[in-house]
Amino acid sequence: MTKNPLSAHIRLNPEDFAPASDAQKASQVIMRESVSFWKDGFRRLMRNKVAVVSAIVIILIMIFAFIVPLFYPYKYEVQYKNANNLKPFTYSAEEQARIDAGEKVFPHIFGTDKMGRDYAIRVMIGTRISLLVGIVATAIILVIGSLYGSIAAFFGGWVDIIMMRIVDIIYPIPDILLIVLLSFALKAPLNKLAATPGFTWIAKVGPNLISIFIVFALLYWVGMARMVRSQILTLKESEYVTAARALGVGRGKIIKKHLLTNCIGTLIVTTTLQIPSSIFTESFLSFLGMGVAVPLPSLGSLASDAINGIGTNPHLLFIPAIVICLVILSFNLLGDGLRDAFDPKLKD
Amino acid sequence: MDDKYLVDIQHERLSFFTPAGEVKALSDVSIHLKEGEVLGIVGESGSGKSVTAYSLMGLTAYPGRIIGGTLQFNDHQIETMTEKEMRKIRGNEVSIIFQDPMTSLNPVYTVGNQIVEVIRLHTGKNKQEAKARAKELLELVGINEPEKRLKQYPHELSGGMRQRVMIAIALACEPKLLIADEPTTALDVTIQAQILELMMELKEKLGMAIIMITHDLGVVASICDNIAVMYAGKIVEYGTTDQIFYEPKHMYTKGLIRSIPHIDAKEHERLVPIEGSPVDLLNPPPGCPFAPRCEACMQICLREMPPITQFNGDHITQCWLHQKEEFEKGEYNE
Amino acid sequence: MIKYLVKRIVLAIVTIWAVATLTFFLMNAVLGGPFLSEKAISPQATAALEAKYGLDKPLIQQYFTYIGDALHGDFGDSLKQRGRTVSDIIGMKFPVSAKVGGISVLVALIIGSLLGCIAAINRGKVMDSIVSVVSTLGIAVPSFVLCTFLLFIFGVKLKWLPTMGLSTPAHYIMPVIALAFYPTAYIMRLMRSSMLDVLGQDYMRTAKAKGLSGKAQLFKHALRNAILPVVTYVGPMLAYTITGSFVVEKIFVIPGLGGEFIGAIQGRDYTLIMGTTIFLAVLIIVMNVIVDIVYKIIDPRINLK
Repeated sequence: MTKNPLSAHIRLNPEDFAPASDAQKASQVIMRESVSFWKDGFRRLMRNKVAVVSAIVIILIMIFAFIVPLFYPYKYEVQYKNANNLKPFTYSAEEQARIDAGEKVFPHIFGTDKMGRDYAIRVMIGTRISLLVGIVATAIILVIGSLYGSIAAFFGGWVDIIMMRIVDIIYPIPDILLIVLLSFALKAPLNKLAATPGFTWIAKVGPNLISIFIVFALLYWVGMARMVRSQILTLKESEYVTAARALGVGRGKIIKKHLLTNCIGTLIVTTTLQIPSSIFTESFLSFLGMGVAVPLPSLGSLASDAINGIGTNPHLLFIPAIVICLVILSFNLLGDGLRDAFDPKLKD
Repeated sequence: MDDKYLVDIQHERLSFFTPAGEVKALSDVSIHLKEGEVLGIVGESGSGKSVTAYSLMGLTAYPGRIIGGTLQFNDHQIETMTEKEMRKIRGNEVSIIFQDPMTSLNPVYTVGNQIVEVIRLHTGKNKQEAKARAKELLELVGINEPEKRLKQYPHELSGGMRQRVMIAIALACEPKLLIADEPTTALDVTIQAQILELMMELKEKLGMAIIMITHDLGVVASICDNIAVMYAGKIVEYGTTDQIFYEPKHMYTKGLIRSIPHIDAKEHERLVPIEGSPVDLLNPPPGCPFAPRCEACMQICLREMPPITQFNGDHITQCWLHQKEEFEKGEYNE
Repeated sequence: MIKYLVKRIVLAIVTIWAVATLTFFLMNAVLGGPFLSEKAISPQATAALEAKYGLDKPLIQQYFTYIGDALHGDFGDSLKQRGRTVSDIIGMKFPVSAKVGGISVLVALIIGSLLGCIAAINRGKVMDSIVSVVSTLGIAVPSFVLCTFLLFIFGVKLKWLPTMGLSTPAHYIMPVIALAFYPTAYIMRLMRSSMLDVLGQDYMRTAKAKGLSGKAQLFKHALRNAILPVVTYVGPMLAYTITGSFVVEKIFVIPGLGGEFIGAIQGRDYTLIMGTTIFLAVLIIVMNVIVDIVYKIIDPRINLK
C-alpha cells in the first residue's frame, strides 16, 4: 500500500475519524442565496450603472419638461417685444432698461428665437410634447398590440390564422408614407371637427399629431402583437403550464400566475424600447413640418425651424437636437438594462 | 506488458476565471489509457468530466485555463502546444462526438460538405476522392442511401442519423483516440443502444481508443475497460470496470451503483438516490467535496482532502475511510 | 418553396392593393373639394377640370380607373408641374434617389457587418467597447439631427464638403453618411449579438474540434449563420433609407424623389403625392418579398415550409 506524500505532513488523531454531524456537513455547503424574480431583476438593474444613469437622466428630463415650466417666468407662445434672435444670456433693450432700473430680469438662458420667444421654455415644452407623443403612442401600441396578440394566441385555430394574415398584410406597409398621407387627408375633416364644441382640443394638438396617433393605432401595433402572440404561444406550450394544467389549476389562474408574470418582463422591455422609437418618428415628421400645430413646439419642429439660421444661430438647432438624442439614448439604454435584468431570454 | 500510454494526464489543474472568481473545474486530475482501450469517465454534470476531455483537445472554453499538470497524448505534450500545432491533431489524431447531434452540425451546410471539409483538411485528397471517402464513411456508420444523404441538410435527418454523421466526421481521418461526450444522452433509448453498438463495432474495426464521458453507469458497464469516477473536479475513484462495479471503494461510487436499477432486484428493494446537491466550485470546501453528502462523513473529511489510497493494480480512490483503516492499523504512527 | 413563394407574393399583392386603395380614398377625401378651389375659378372651368381628371364620374368608377391606370404605371398628370406625368417625374427623380440610397445601403451593410463581427470576436476588448458606444449613440441620433450637424460642421464651418446637389463624388459623402449612419449602427449591434450567439453554438465547437483554422471557422461556419438576422433587417433598412431620403434630400438639395415628395406635399400636388406614395410602397413591399426569398435560400432550414 502506498501512502500519498501529501498526507505525510498531516497530523492525524483518532478524533479525526469520528463521524461528523449533519449540521457540520450542512455548514460546508455554501448555497447561493435564492431570491424572487422581481427582486433579483431589480437588483441586477441597480447594478447596471448605465441603466441607472439613464433612468436618472430620464427623470431629470421629465422634471424639466413637466414641472419646471410651471414656475418658469416666460411662456412658450408669448413673443417678447424686440427680443428677436437674442443670444443666450443677453437681454432686449427694454429688459436692459429694466435691469438698469434695478429690476431683476430672468435671463434668457438659451436666448430667444426669431419671433422673440424665450427658447429655454420652448425647448422644455417641446420636450414635453415629444415625450407625451412617445408615451401616448406607446400606450396605444401596447394596448392594441397586446390585446390583438393575446386574442390570436388564446383562440388559436382559424381565428389565429385570419388575425395573423391581417398582421402579415399590415406589416410591410411603409408607416411614414401613410402618416404623411393621413395627416394630409385628415386635415380638413379634423379642422371641421375642431370647430364643434367639445373638440377644440384638436386644434390645439393639431390634426397632424392626431394622424400620427391614428397611424400608430392602425399600423404600429403589429410588431407588438406578433411578439405578445409568440410569447404566449411559447408559454402555453411550456412544461410548467402543462404541469399547472395537469394539477388542475384553473384557466384564469394560469393566465394570471404563469402567463402574465412571464410576459410582463418582455412587455416592459418592449414598451421601454418603443417609446424612443415613437419619439423618433414624431421628431422626424415634425422636422418635415408634419408634426404638432404651431405655436406648439416639439423637438423636431424646433430643430426644423432653426435650420435656416444655422450659420448665425447654431445653438437654436443644437439644443433641441441634443435633447432628442439624449431622450432617445436614455430610453434605449434603460430598455437594454431592463432587458438584461428582467428578461434573460432576450439577452445577447 | 506495453507500458506506453496513448493518453497520460498527470495532475491536471484547470480553472475558469470568471468575473465572480476562479472556478476550480479540475484539481489534480490524472488519467491514462493505452491504445485501443476504452475509458469511461463518470460523474454528475459539472463534475469536470467534459472539461478533462476537452482540455486534451485544446478545446477548453474561454475563460478556462490549464494552470498545472502535464497532458501527454500520442507523443504530443498538449499543454505546451500552440493553437496552430493543436489544429493538426484535432479531427485527425483525436476527434470528438458531442452530446447533442441536433445542434452540433452546422445547419446551413450539407452533411456531405461537413464531412468532406474535415477529410480535405487533414489529408491531401482532392474533392472527388474526399467525396468518395465521405460516402464510404456514411456506409461505415450504417447510413443507407449515402449518395442522397450527402446532399441533405442536418435538419432533414433524425437525431440518431445526425449522431451517425457526427461519428462519420469524427472517424474521417482514422483517429487514434475518439472522445465521446455523452454521445447517447440526447437520443431515444432504442437509438442509444444502436449508437453504442456502432461505436463498439467501429472500435473493433479501426482499433482506436475511446474516452466515453457519461453520467450513465449502464453505458460504461457494457463497453469500458476502465472507469474513472469524477466528483467536483477530482477523480474520486479509478479502476477496472469490474473493480468499480464489484468492489467500489468510494462512498460516491457506491451511491452511484446503488442508484441504478438491477434486473434481479428484489420486489421491495428500492433505488437509493444520493441526497443533496454538488458543491459550488467557486467556493469549494476545504475537505473532501463529497463530505456534505456522504453518509460516512467524518471530522477529518470536513477539514482535509483525503490522500490517494491504492488497492490491487491501478484501483485507486481518494477517501478518508480507507486511510482510517491504515490509521487504525498504526501506519500513521509518527 | 413554391407554396411559400405563392403565399408570400399573394400577401404582397394584397398589401399593395390595400395601400393603393387607402391612398386613393384618402386623397379623394381631399380631392373632392378644396384642391381646385385654391384660386377662385369659374364653375365652367371647374367642371372642365373635373371632367379632365374624371372627377365627375362616380367615385367607384374613378377608383377602378385609377387602379387600372396605376397597373399600367400611369398615375395621371402632375397638378403643379404642367405637362409632366407623375410617371415621368418618378422616372426622372427616382434614379437619383436610388443611387444615393443604394450606396448608403451597401456602406451600411459592409461597414456594419464588419465592425459587428470584429466587436464580437474581440468581445470585452477595446474594439468591442468602441463599437458598442458608437452603435448605441448611432441608433439614438435621428437622421435630420445628423444631417444638420454634418452640414454645420463640414459645410458651413470647415467648408470641406459641398452642401448642395450631387455633381461630384464629394457631394455624395455627407448624404451617404447621413443616410447610412443609423442602419450601420443598427447592423453593428445586430451583427455583434448574432455573432456572439453563433460563436457559442455547438457547431462552432464541432468546427474547432475538426481542426479548422480560426479563419475557416469564422468565414465558413460562423459568418453565414450570423449574417441571417442582418438579412432580415435589409427590408426595414430599405424602408428607412427611402423615408430617410425625404430629410436628406431636402437638406442637401438633392434632386431625388424624396425631395420631390416633400415638395409635392408642400405644394399640394395631389396626384404626385398619390403616385409617389404608391410607387414607394410597392418598392418597399417588393423588396421585402425579395429579401424574404433570399433569406430562405441562405437558411436551408426554412426551405420546407
